[in-house]
Order: sequence, then C-alpha cells, then structure tokens
Amino acid sequence: MRASLEQVFRDEWGRVLASLIGFLGDFELAEEAAQEAFAIAAARWPREGTPANPRAWLVTTGRNRAIDRIRRDRMRAEKTRQLDVPETVENHVNETTIPDERLELIFTCCHPALELDAQVALTLRTLGGLETEEIARAFLVPEATMAKRLVRARRKIKVAGVPFRVPPAHLLPDRLAAVLAVVYLIFNEGYGGRGDLAAEAIRLGRALVELMPDEPEVHALLALMLVNDARRDARFADGTVVLLRDQDRSLWDLGQIAEGRSALDRALALGGRGLYVLQAAIASLHADEPQDWPQLAALYGELARRTGSPVVELNQAVAIAEAGDVEAALALVDRLDLDNYHYLHATRAELLRRLDRVEEASAAYERALQLVHAEAERRFLERRLAELRG
Amino acid sequence: MKYMLLIHQGDAPTPRTPDEWARLSKDEQKAVFADYQAINQTAGVSPGLQLESPETATTVRVEDGKTLTTDGPFVAVKEALAGYLFFEADDLDAAIELAARIPAARLGGAIEVRPIVE
Repeated sequence: MRASLEQVFRDEWGRVLASLIGFLGDFELAEEAAQEAFAIAAARWPREGTPANPRAWLVTTGRNRAIDRIRRDRMRAEKTRQLDVPETVENHVNETTIPDERLELIFTCCHPALELDAQVALTLRTLGGLETEEIARAFLVPEATMAKRLVRARRKIKVAGVPFRVPPAHLLPDRLAAVLAVVYLIFNEGYGGRGDLAAEAIRLGRALVELMPDEPEVHALLALMLVNDARRDARFADGTVVLLRDQDRSLWDLGQIAEGRSALDRALALGGRGLYVLQAAIASLHADEPQDWPQLAALYGELARRTGSPVVELNQAVAIAEAGDVEAALALVDRLDLDNYHYLHATRAELLRRLDRVEEASAAYERALQLVHAEAERRFLERRLAELRG
Repeated sequence: MKYMLLIHQGDAPTPRTPDEWARLSKDEQKAVFADYQAINQTAGVSPGLQLESPETATTVRVEDGKTLTTDGPFVAVKEALAGYLFFEADDLDAAIELAARIPAARLGGAIEVRPIVE
C-alpha cells in the first residue's frame, strides 16, 4: 500500500502541480498547495481508500487549499490596511477533463531567461517531483544552496513575467532545443554514475514524447537515452571502465535497446535529421554485433561537421581506426586541439600501439594518466600501460 | 507587465563616434535610425528621453557627510547606460523580442530587461 501510494504520488506530482500553476498563476503558491494536497492524501487515503480519480481529487484539494490561503491573506490584509485586494475567482474542477499542462510547465522551467543550473533544478523539482535535498545530493551542492537556487528561479519567473505557455511557432525550435538540452544534461549526470537521475531523465523523455508526438527530435532524444542506458550495467566491472567491445553483452537490456530503436524509427519516419537523430543512430549502431564501423565513421563525421566539436572528431577517428585505417585515424587525432583531454591521449596511445610504435604509445598513456581524474578510468589506463610494457 | 529596457551601447557605433559610425554602410546606418523609430512607435513602448554621452556624466558619492564627485559614469564608459525605454507587454517573451530589435543589441551592445514594480 505504502509503495503504491508513493508511486501514485510520483506519477501524479508533475501533472497536479502543472494544473495548479496554470490555475493560480504562481509557482510558489501552487507548490505549497500541491504539497498540502499530497500530505492530506497521505493521511487520508490509507484509511478511507484511494479515490476513484486520484488526480482530480489532488487538483481539487490543492485548489481549495490555495483559495483558502488567498482568502486568509486577504482578510489579514483588510484588517490591517484596508487594501483593495482583487476577488478570487473560484472555479470548480471538472473531474474528467483536467487539461494536461505539463508542457507549459517544462517550457517555463527551461526558459532561457533562467540560469541553466536553475532550469535543471526546477525541472527536476516540478516535473520530476524530486525533493530539494535529493537534487542537491545529485549535483553535489549543499541543500541550502539548492533551496536558494530554486527560490530565486521561482521568484524570477513570477516577477519578471516568464510566461506559462507552450511557445508560439517562431520561438518553438530554440525553446524546444533548450528543453531537450536540460533533459539530456540530467541524463548525462545520471549516466556518469548516479543512476536515479538517468531514470528520471528517461521518465521526462517519455512524458515529452507523449506531449509532443510530432517532434522527431523528442523521439530521438528518448531513443538515445534508452539505448545508452541499456548498456549501463556493462560499462563498469570491478570499478574499472569496460570498453564497448569488451562489454559483457548479456548485461545489456535488450528490451530497452529495442524500445530505443523503435523510438529512433519514429523520429526518422517523422523526417527527423537533427542532432539527436544522429546521436541516436550512432548509439543504435554501437549496439549491433558486429558494428558497422564505416557507417559509424560517416555518422560521426556528419555530427562533427554540424557541431564543430573536436570531441566528436575524436570519436570519428576511433571509428575510422576500427574500420581498418589506423594511419588515417592517427592523422585525424594529431590535428585535434584537445591537448588537455585525457581521451585524446588514451586514443593516440591505442592507435600507436596498433602501429607497433611502442615508445610513443607509452608516452601517450603516461600523458593520459596525468590528466585523468576518475579512478575507474585511471585503473583502465594503468592496466593498458602495464600490458604494453609487459 | 511593465518593463524598463536599459540600452548599453558597448562597442555599438553611434553618430557620436564618427570613426566607428563610418564603418557601417549607408544602408546599415539608415536601418539603425529606422529601427529606433519603429521601436518608439511600437504599441506599448514609451520612449525614454535622450541622454548625453556617458563621458559627460558626473558620479556622486557621500562619505562621512562629504560629497565626492568623479568625472564619468559609475561603471566603465563602455558599460554605461546609453538610453532606455519603457514597455508594457504581456510577458517577458514580448520584452525579449522587443529588446532583440534594438540595434545596439546586434552591433556589440546589450539590452537589460528589468521588470518594474507594480
């Protein structure tokens, strides 16, 4: 019972809060009202049973609570100052058709007038229903810092007039890109180790697909996250990074890879040719056995051309090497301006080793070791260097 | 919502800096005037009064009851306020769109959008 109640809360928080913000036009008031409604539900539902329509119950209770609060504040204001406070309009919630306003909510949370850190935190708090303390822990900042960040963001939305709406067509491409960037950033925070955040990003990705079924990049982002996340359990063994080709494929979640691929198919069918489509196609090809390296090299090349990212070019070099042309791969790597990036040196080392240039390969591993921070990757490099010298 | 748009000239050329101004083509110069005129005529805009250049500013402080003055603006000349206007709009998106139309924003300056307490 307890667990299922928590699940309902988790699933409904975003929609209930979005609906209350749409009704009240005030993030802070809406969040307090939602919290009260959920607290009342937690006390009452186990005793009296879960209502037939939990969402409508939560929204109605939240609205009533907020209206009570506004009335109380108004009475207090009248007693002390005789201020002219506008009439509160009391709406009755139509139990069957509560509009889904989560899309308005996520576009507001990811508005470019807010700092990126604040966009991420606000999205996790409002749509994801994470507690401030959980978000603080995930981003390794003190809880008070995170609380301040959220308060400041909510206040700016209200005071500066950030609109609660899905942007009009001429603003949509930029704003959608901002939303997807926030979700992908949350995913990558999780992919680096904090698994619950990756799962949260996927949940957000699924919600976006449901809300914007005609946007190819939305499907593509979900595809990218699903396919990468499906390989998570195989990425580390005994605290050491495992290269894709050495991964134990029995640890891959094949069902999730298949789901990711059908999301990618959907994106392609919708005519998607964007950056997430490219990245999802690359992730999908990496999950094949054997991998189609020439095709991967071509896709990385296209992605590098569009993003201008030397890190992507480094990946392109790896694909070129795997496709058989180690010399060409090394020539590409030596052109890149990434001297402080340990993967550059680790990749050079690997290419030099394959060309039997042992001395240069050792030196490149040593340079990579000077730059690496993550313990799992350090161990991997040390092992490679030992093998080379052994 | 009411907003004040503060125009920071930055490196954006104006007729007051003839050398830089001359680097704009005749068409670009005409566009600058036309854009400012169009902005001032936009519904909801109350144009600000024209300010003399930041170099003519005097900055005043009081320390221990004594009035201290320095020549020039409070911030660096480049960061100084060059002009302002008021805009009554539905929301921040509308204010951002208007700000983006102000020529200084695309020529090396920047616009600060500040909500006004109502």
